[in-house]
Amino acid sequence: MGSHANDSLESSVKIPTIKFTKLFINGEFVDSISGKTFKTIDPRTGEVIARIAEGEKEDVDLAVNAARHAFDDGPWPRLPGSERAKRMMNFADLIDQNVEELAALDTLDAGKLFSMGKAVDIPSSADTLRYYAGAADKIHGDVLKMSREFHAYTLHEPIGVVGHIIPWNFPTTMFFLKVSPALAAGCTMIVKPAEQTPLSALYYAHLAKLAGIPDGVLNVVTGFGPTAGAAICSHMDIDAVSFTGSTEVGRIVMKAAAESNLKVVSLELGGKSPLIIFDDADVDMAAQLALIGILYNKGEICVASSRVYVQEGIYDKLVKKLVEMAKAWVVGDPFDPKVQQGPQVDKEQFEKILTYIEHGKREGATLLTGGKPLALGGKGYYVEPTIFAEVKEDMLIAKDEIFGPVLALAKFKTIDEAIKRANSTRYGLAAGIVTKDLNVANTVSRSLRAGTIWINCYLAFSNDCPFGGYKMSGFGRDSGLEALHKYLQVKSVVTPLYNSPWL
Amino acid sequence: MGSHSKDGLESFVKIPTIKFTKLFINGEFVDSISGNTFETIDPRTGEVIARIAEGDKEDVDLAVKAARHAFDDGQWPRISGAERAKRMMKFADLIDQNVEELAALDTIDAGKLFSMGKTVDIPHAASVIRYYAGAADKIHGEVLKMSNAFHGYTLREPIGVVGHIIPWNFPSTLFFLKVGPALAAGCTMIVKPAEQTPLSALYYAHLAKLAGIPDGVLNIITGFGPTAGAAISSHMDIDAVNFTGSTEVGRIVMKAAAESNLKVVSLELGGKSPLIIFDDADVDMAAQLALNGVLHNKGEICVASSRLFVQEGIYEKLVEKLVEKAKAWVVGDPFDPKVQHGPQVDKQQFEKILSYIEHGKKEGATLLTGGKPLGEKGYYIEPTIFAEVKEDMLIAKDEIFGPVLALAKFKTIDEAIKRANSTRYGLAAGIVTKDLNVANTVSRSIRAGTIWINCYFAFDNDCPVGGYKMSGFGRDFGLEALHKYFQVKSVVTPIYNSPWL
Repeated sequence: MGSHANDSLESSVKIPTIKFTKLFINGEFVDSISGKTFKTIDPRTGEVIARIAEGEKEDVDLAVNAARHAFDDGPWPRLPGSERAKRMMNFADLIDQNVEELAALDTLDAGKLFSMGKAVDIPSSADTLRYYAGAADKIHGDVLKMSREFHAYTLHEPIGVVGHIIPWNFPTTMFFLKVSPALAAGCTMIVKPAEQTPLSALYYAHLAKLAGIPDGVLNVVTGFGPTAGAAICSHMDIDAVSFTGSTEVGRIVMKAAAESNLKVVSLELGGKSPLIIFDDADVDMAAQLALIGILYNKGEICVASSRVYVQEGIYDKLVKKLVEMAKAWVVGDPFDPKVQQGPQVDKEQFEKILTYIEHGKREGATLLTGGKPLALGGKGYYVEPTIFAEVKEDMLIAKDEIFGPVLALAKFKTIDEAIKRANSTRYGLAAGIVTKDLNVANTVSRSLRAGTIWINCYLAFSNDCPFGGYKMSGFGRDSGLEALHKYLQVKSVVTPLYNSPWL
Repeated sequence: MGSHSKDGLESFVKIPTIKFTKLFINGEFVDSISGNTFETIDPRTGEVIARIAEGDKEDVDLAVKAARHAFDDGQWPRISGAERAKRMMKFADLIDQNVEELAALDTIDAGKLFSMGKTVDIPHAASVIRYYAGAADKIHGEVLKMSNAFHGYTLREPIGVVGHIIPWNFPSTLFFLKVGPALAAGCTMIVKPAEQTPLSALYYAHLAKLAGIPDGVLNIITGFGPTAGAAISSHMDIDAVNFTGSTEVGRIVMKAAAESNLKVVSLELGGKSPLIIFDDADVDMAAQLALNGVLHNKGEICVASSRLFVQEGIYEKLVEKLVEKAKAWVVGDPFDPKVQHGPQVDKQQFEKILSYIEHGKKEGATLLTGGKPLGEKGYYIEPTIFAEVKEDMLIAKDEIFGPVLALAKFKTIDEAIKRANSTRYGLAAGIVTKDLNVANTVSRSIRAGTIWINCYFAFDNDCPVGGYKMSGFGRDFGLEALHKYFQVKSVVTPIYNSPWL
């Protein structure tokens, strides 16, 4: 059971007025064609924050028309990379200048910690924009080594109009992870933010315009998956779709792409990432990693280390430390700087997590701490940090992604057993290893089938470090120069050569 | 109308006995579990060449088990790139040693020219495997420039078990375009050759074993798309599927991948590639390019230049030359070294092409030459040229995959670009001009994966090929092709007291 802090901190934090609630198409904020709106809810209380324009197929069509015109005829792809970079740098500066308001929007919308937003999420997103701005004038093709007298080279061309469907857990980070490389590449785009978290995306649209991103290059259509999202995936004039979210919806996206115009698809999906702690680990450091690995952002992170394997020699000490730390973890109003974990994003997620906790109890795992919702003034979607031990791989709580503050813990004997059990999952997003032994680190990092392996650290992201799934965690990479590939197409150009002095 | 040469040439060429007719799983030739077999037909005559084992889902399951075991526990991914390369080089040598027999198999299976097979297709297939063998020990990840005190690097890991679904038009070339990079990467695989052309694939399996490719690394399941192909696309334990074929079937493959285990998909699909000839072109050279562009391999090539745009200043002269050359083109038995194109691959393709020719006539295009089948036996079609074709005609929109050219006149460069891009496809394009600026502008403006300037079909092992738009995604040829068989893994460790960042 975590501890909780008082609410009624509104007086110390300025809750922003919601300035942007309409669709952003071709440089203008507009109502949806149907006039419909939907509610966005504050998960601290379950109350409505604002009503947002609800975009559907017809609105997506307008956005695509604008993006297509901006790409086929407009300045954006025709500017040099350095000029695109300048405007992206402006955009980053504008984010920095509005950091408090933006952090507050994500806190209200998604229950994310305000202090983290101000110090980490928002500034690092500005840095993501700057990273890709710096790459925009360094996108290289290859000159080829032809085996006959031809001069040939490849061009890495912007793929065209891109659809980004982004999730609610990191509304700002995800927005810029997708938008930045696409902008750098010279693409134009339609962003559909998650219906739970439309607020900061619309603010970013406003800042984009101020930064000098031309009309039609960045469009934002707020709305729901089965309408606006589906319209993007099935659109005959979108060249690529980039989706981050659940594996189930990832399937729907890929199918729709196949049934429409065979657009290029990249998917970043769920995870059930293992953290393996060997006997030679420092107990304090390892327990801290394991705790942050599952409780960061209230467990609403695709790479959460939701399965922890502890070698038997260190097991008892580590688990004792872990439970102690979990019991001291502060859950409460995310505007309160003392709080370490806010509410889950919405009612649906909250109920889903509690259901999994009940499964865990029924399946025979041992509940070490937590397991209950936290009634903070009888309102909101707060769940205690929860740890189950003696979890077996065939239990639902070991197989399914819970996406909440629920850890599944198990003991192991040998390195081979750890590898085998860690790999017994349909997912493959990330993994962690805690050991001082060089050989253990090298063997295990090569053997785990996951896209990112953190050794003696966890959640160690960096703009230059690619990130993405193996197996059913998806394909395609975000972050790093690798991410640009999703927004580029390779064209080969070949011309005969005469009298060349070499081949 | 093309001219055609006598048949009864079997005495010229030793038609091989068919040695391999069974599935190749885990290093052994085996019957299908069901015992079913299917016929493979000689398109010169419509007669049965042989009965081949017909693999279905259960056979694919066995092959996947073998491939999974070979990958997860076997030596193939664990030996060095150089050692994989050695065995691939041996494989290439064995291909060279059997070139006549292999070329003959593709000729009787697919109607491909025997002389081309012997001198080009088969030796080229061997060169493809050598190219990727040479890359196997040069596969690099990157060390990253972390913004905090971490050491980070990427590994390019073999993705695992791969399914290759290959078409019938270039059975040998396509076999090695897929298998070459996948072997180099350290993957294991199941190949499903087209049902029209199973023979050379099974022979290659035999050679692979002789070359020292371990059991289970390369498996061949002959059979049909809706059964064996579908089983591969939907398999829960295949990590990636690579498909070359029609856009319609490409959709089915991608859907099945999405509905099963979200395996990585790469598709190389159809095309309706434009060849644009400007006023300053040399008439002879341009006419020759245009003719070869649509008649090479009897038009059964995804990058065929099936739409020809000729600038008005050169139009009359060029069309005259083109029709003259088409009328002199020799169609006949593909074993005859004088013949320039053989029969279409099977009855279904033959009938489809004739039906498009009828459409062309009905839609009001002007038939300049050809338009009819040749002879009473087999699936031979005359080189056919339609002029005054508009982009909304079916013969301008659909991929015909036969010796049928759609021709149109244009005035300006902008018109040419616009009309060339008016297609859902984007596989290749050609430009004929001496003007540097025209070449540069047009090559940047056409939305296609390969642009040939003053040449066509200028393939090269180092030059990537693949689609834009509905011609697919992913590349064959070149180092680009390796990406389909890798996954990027990032490994991150904290560092302490580093003197630089």
